[in-house]
Amino acid sequence: MVNFVISFILTLLVLLMVLNLGGLLLWVERKGSAVLQDRIGANRAAIFGKLPFNLGIVNTLVADPIKLFTKEDFVPPGADRLLHDLAPIIALVPALITFIAIPFGDVLVIGGREIPLQAANLNVGLLYILAMVSLGVYGVVLAGWASNNRWALLGGIRGSAQMISYEIAMGLSLIGIILTFGSLDLQEIARAQGYLIGGWIPGWGVLYQPIALFIFLAAGIAESKRIPFDLPEAESELITGYYTEYSGAKQATFMLVDFVESIIVAGLVTTLFFGGWQVPFLMRDGLHFPWGGVLSLPSLLVTLLQVISFTVKVVFFCWLQIMIRWTLPRFRYDQLINLGWKVLLPLSLVNVMVTALVILLVQ
Amino acid sequence: MDYVTFFSLALPLIVVAAMVILHPNPVYSALFLVLTLFLLAVYFLFLDAHMVAALQIIVYAGAIMVLFLFVIMLLNVQSDPPEHQRQGLRTAGLVGGALLVAELFLLLRRAPEGAGQSPLPEGYGTVVAMSERLFTDFLLPFEVTSVLLLVAVVGAVVLAKRQV
Repeated sequence: MVNFVISFILTLLVLLMVLNLGGLLLWVERKGSAVLQDRIGANRAAIFGKLPFNLGIVNTLVADPIKLFTKEDFVPPGADRLLHDLAPIIALVPALITFIAIPFGDVLVIGGREIPLQAANLNVGLLYILAMVSLGVYGVVLAGWASNNRWALLGGIRGSAQMISYEIAMGLSLIGIILTFGSLDLQEIARAQGYLIGGWIPGWGVLYQPIALFIFLAAGIAESKRIPFDLPEAESELITGYYTEYSGAKQATFMLVDFVESIIVAGLVTTLFFGGWQVPFLMRDGLHFPWGGVLSLPSLLVTLLQVISFTVKVVFFCWLQIMIRWTLPRFRYDQLINLGWKVLLPLSLVNVMVTALVILLVQ
Repeated sequence: MDYVTFFSLALPLIVVAAMVILHPNPVYSALFLVLTLFLLAVYFLFLDAHMVAALQIIVYAGAIMVLFLFVIMLLNVQSDPPEHQRQGLRTAGLVGGALLVAELFLLLRRAPEGAGQSPLPEGYGTVVAMSERLFTDFLLPFEVTSVLLLVAVVGAVVLAKRQV
């Protein structure tokens, strides 16, 4: 019973973290794009015509959702009503439940009870994440088909081809990480990155697998359908692609899914390549400096530092993705497919072979 | 797996599987097939075969069925084939189904006494346990399957390639 309550609280916590970060990212996106384009950006909220000072964040976080959720929900007459309603949910659910396998801290010790800070400890953690990511494509495809609109259908078809293509490179880039750390369990991968190379350098995944990081990040941005890979919703060609015929809350759901997917990519990059919740030199009982000093810290503070470390890294990679989105132009569709199949796929295969060979020689 | 779990999974599974062939709209049929595969993965989870469950979703629900949907949508398949074509399909379906049922009964009769009663060995269904079996006892079938897939890939490339 106690275990059930703990799992429930952890799952709820993770869910709230992701949803809140998703909302916050909307503001970061608006403000970030403004900064990059030398504008001031989201800076006004005239409540009752007064309050002239800077309330852009309130505008984005409160006024925008209220506006979206009170708009008319229009279903086109020729659309497939059931699937049109279901598609946003089918898109949102796999994206949200992916996060339960990602650890956001080591263990929390309360009253002698050790609580692993991971909503679900899965033996097949990485496979579970790949499975959920691969289910994410259905929301896009069904939204495109159910709308009964040519642009939407084109967007859906583009989406399915793109996501299938990049899933392969994504999965293969992860094999390098699995080979390096010898586990599919994300908590174990995060723990293994606490090892210090030569006593000084934190042995984070990026040091062993820099090419895999590049492939994973590129494939991850393609999976979350963001610029430069946002062909399924390319505004200049397809209006807004697969969700052209969506309005109000359902459209807001699709926008949220985009942000949740970038948070997943950020969370996975953090966990697999940048030490997850690891803080350099921080062990369970405090800081062990390589020059010999030991600063012992209470266990609660250590856990708190780990959670903060994880959050900071995730926020950083979310920010990085937004910067990439506002820096690069969109690919052409043939360039996108060529990049996936002719560059990323062979590169990830070579990466797997080289990694396996090196591991074989070292052992 | 106790009877309650078994039947609360088996009945929806059969209903959903039947909907695959009964629904007139091909897109819905494909979606019911996705649901069938998904429920089957849940089945594997209850049988402690976690890796098989994950692979079931990645390979079938996440990749193959997306391609099915892709083709259905791209070709814009609207309705069932005409009556004269359906007769042959119906016969083929009946023969294939009968063969599968016969196979099932043969397997059930050959099952050893008390199968499924003994406790599972330690670590059953985990990635390590399954990979060990795969790369020792079943190495030859495993490698032969991968060669078969390679042949299929090469064949697809040859067929799709433009004549130079």
